[in-house]
Amino acid sequence: MWASSFPFADLQLFPVAASKQATQIDQLYWFITAVSAVMTLLIFACLLAFAWKYRRRVQVESTQIEGSTKLELTWSILPFLVMLIMFAWGAQLFFAAQNPPKDAMEIFVTGKQWMWKVQYPNGGSEINALHVPVNQAVKLTMASEDVIHSFSIPVFRVRHDVMPGHYNSLWFTPTKPGHYHLFCTEYCGMEHSGMVGWVDVLNDRDYANWLAGGGTGTAGSLVEQGRSIFMQNGCSTCHLQDQQGRCPVLRGLYNKPVQLADGRTVIADDAYIRESILEPNAKIAAGFQPNIMPVYKGQLTEANVIQLIAYIRSLSPNEPASQQGDQQRPVVIAPTDANSSNSGTSR
Amino acid sequence: MATIAHEIPQVAPEEVNYLNVEHGWKSWLLTTDHKRIAMLYLFSITAMFFVGGLMAVLFRINLLQPEGIFSPETYNRLFSMHGIVMVFLFLVPSIPATLANFLIPIMVGAKDLAFPRVNLLSWYLYIAGAAFTLYAIVRGGVDTGWTFYAPYSSTYSNSYVLAAAMGIFIAGFSSILTGLNFIVTVHKMRAPGMTWGRLPLFVWSNYATGLIQVLGTPVLAITMLLLAFERIAHVGIFDPNIGGDPILFQHLFWFYSHPAVYIMILPGMGVISEIVSCFSKKRIFGYNFVAFSSMAIAVLSFVVWGHHMFVTGESVYTGLAFSFLSFMVAVPSAIKVFNWTATMYKGSISFDTPMLYVFGFIGLFTIGGLTGLHLATLATDVATHGTYFVVAHFHYVMVGGMVMAFLGGLHFWWPKMTGRLYPEGWSKFSALIIFIGFNLTFFPQFILGYLGMPRRYQSYPPEFQALNVLSSAGASILGIGYLIPMIYFVWSWKYGPKAGSNPWGAAGLEWQIQSPPTTFNFDETPIVKEEAYNYGKLEEILG
Repeated sequence: MWASSFPFADLQLFPVAASKQATQIDQLYWFITAVSAVMTLLIFACLLAFAWKYRRRVQVESTQIEGSTKLELTWSILPFLVMLIMFAWGAQLFFAAQNPPKDAMEIFVTGKQWMWKVQYPNGGSEINALHVPVNQAVKLTMASEDVIHSFSIPVFRVRHDVMPGHYNSLWFTPTKPGHYHLFCTEYCGMEHSGMVGWVDVLNDRDYANWLAGGGTGTAGSLVEQGRSIFMQNGCSTCHLQDQQGRCPVLRGLYNKPVQLADGRTVIADDAYIRESILEPNAKIAAGFQPNIMPVYKGQLTEANVIQLIAYIRSLSPNEPASQQGDQQRPVVIAPTDANSSNSGTSR
Repeated sequence: MATIAHEIPQVAPEEVNYLNVEHGWKSWLLTTDHKRIAMLYLFSITAMFFVGGLMAVLFRINLLQPEGIFSPETYNRLFSMHGIVMVFLFLVPSIPATLANFLIPIMVGAKDLAFPRVNLLSWYLYIAGAAFTLYAIVRGGVDTGWTFYAPYSSTYSNSYVLAAAMGIFIAGFSSILTGLNFIVTVHKMRAPGMTWGRLPLFVWSNYATGLIQVLGTPVLAITMLLLAFERIAHVGIFDPNIGGDPILFQHLFWFYSHPAVYIMILPGMGVISEIVSCFSKKRIFGYNFVAFSSMAIAVLSFVVWGHHMFVTGESVYTGLAFSFLSFMVAVPSAIKVFNWTATMYKGSISFDTPMLYVFGFIGLFTIGGLTGLHLATLATDVATHGTYFVVAHFHYVMVGGMVMAFLGGLHFWWPKMTGRLYPEGWSKFSALIIFIGFNLTFFPQFILGYLGMPRRYQSYPPEFQALNVLSSAGASILGIGYLIPMIYFVWSWKYGPKAGSNPWGAAGLEWQIQSPPTTFNFDETPIVKEEAYNYGKLEEILG
């Protein structure tokens, strides 16, 4: 009935803090817990003291007390001020968690019932496992193929829901080499509790060995995989080789503002590119009405989309891989713009 | 305390009361007497409590072993049905439909609620909703969790989602009608001299609850309808593959379900106010603050729903606003806890069973409420969302809080409702068992949650087993603790010593009439000349 060893032998009461964020969040956690403990003990002490001191005795009557506005205000305002500290501290850490450093290593995660597919920039991929080097910021960009999942690594204290139709990201900087759990933490159906895996934080030497060992099976870098899909699916016909200006040019597009046919201006970031591939009718670039791009939803997996995005990014070589576009004049991609765009990419 | 026009004679053994005035199933199933309807509800929600409880026992057995015992499909249905039954068919109606239904007319000095037939209709709607839900259970259950998140529920689940959603849709109207009845009754049917400032705090709490029920539940109804529509017709409301937005579902769902958790605590807080003053023989400290805190909770409850969605992808600024507002809603709850404690100061405290439940409530609700701070704080919520930390938090407030208050209220008003006393030794013993079993079940879950154990997991890593075993052991003790009152309450109905009209020496209109009350409560409309909880004067009179 029991697991292999007596269960209490494994008993852990507090998780390891294996990332910079974890250490910071634990400090706040302990602050809130300490305040809570003090408040709890105060109330318990009063209850016990009053229960004893004012227990019913025949000769002693109760004293009718209406209240005290001063006391009410004190015990409302003071706790609220303490809570404001919790709020502000938590908000500050939360904001920091939204902004990965520019040099963060980008890894892509696709969740689908009931497994995690992890894709690395070097083209490797793994199922239900993540290998990262210690002391290097890592940003995970994630999407779901089906229902809502949630990716969490408890020792890093990170978590974010993984949505269908949408990219979400989280970032962390691991500080302690080790072998740690990753879990799906949004109920997603039958094998929700099977959608788990391992994160390996490796010191520099072990990480170099892992890369060299090619343990994840590299079939070219992510960019090369993306180029291969780009060719196989006919994207290059219009988007690289076409001289008739039937479609927006992709070279130099990434993270630039794009003017749409309906007058809006959007940034050509990861989400825009993903949507343009899977639902090209959603946002049509100005001058390209009516849309003639076929719909690729159902023909490409989220993993393929990630590979394509990596390739398209490589066509704008000086762009950092961030979600924020730069503030520039919109580039109106007019049909007569005959850019030569087929260097080095002939079939 | 009310001055009634003429003396009510002491209870005689064979006097006519609402229970014996008529017999036969028609007199019960077609009754419009709020007290009989309260008893119909009490029987029904107790049955649903044990259905939901049985599911918990089963899945806690599964959690004894890391690899689980039941299949994932079975486990997923068990936890989903546990949540649906406990939230919609037990906690939401619990105190309002039973104790408040029974007591509010009497407490305001009226013969019945404003709309007696609507009250009966509300019970039938509850039964219809429960029937749909039981049908879903019997046919194989729902496996979406009580939260029904799309697109899993709208597109992927192969379980009885429609039946369960319809059950909830119908039961929601039961809740709306109860709330409506209370609101109108409190506004329009108070006896002469019963001003708002003289109302028992139990009335204030249930009034505030009624406001939430009436304003919030329609959103749940619409959400269930949209979900059904999406599931049947694939319209594209929530499924992103056909142009929908799954986050829309979450906003709609939590817009009701957050206020709903205040439906599931405010009435309990009202009970605590009544009991603590009676067993301290003291007026409530800070009556105005306690009354207005109920209203503040009702209002603020509608503007905090986004704290369930900090990690779903709502904008960080949205998260900021909801976090701040969630801290604000903590303040009125804290005010109540301080005022109850202060009521005991210089009181004359006795430790009858209802008061034991008050001590339990204040302790456990305090812990549960304070762990809400970890969840309201953005950064720590990231670490605890979707884990057992959340499960522990809400069980501390809903079970350690509301269910304890419900049991305390049942024990307090049992003599009034049935005219019988229950055995005090057994009742104290079971209160202790419940307290111990509860803490053993749920405290380890805080630890498990921060360690990272996700909720809704049929299997888990082996290092979590020790804490899970402790929790399951606690659950078995808690289950026994709940069974004991079932037995002695049923026993007392027939064999318990007869109770007088005021066995506790309590203030309040309900204690001035016979136990059990007559069908129309008062022979003549009482005229109220004193404020609530006038224990100083009461002692003079009772000697």
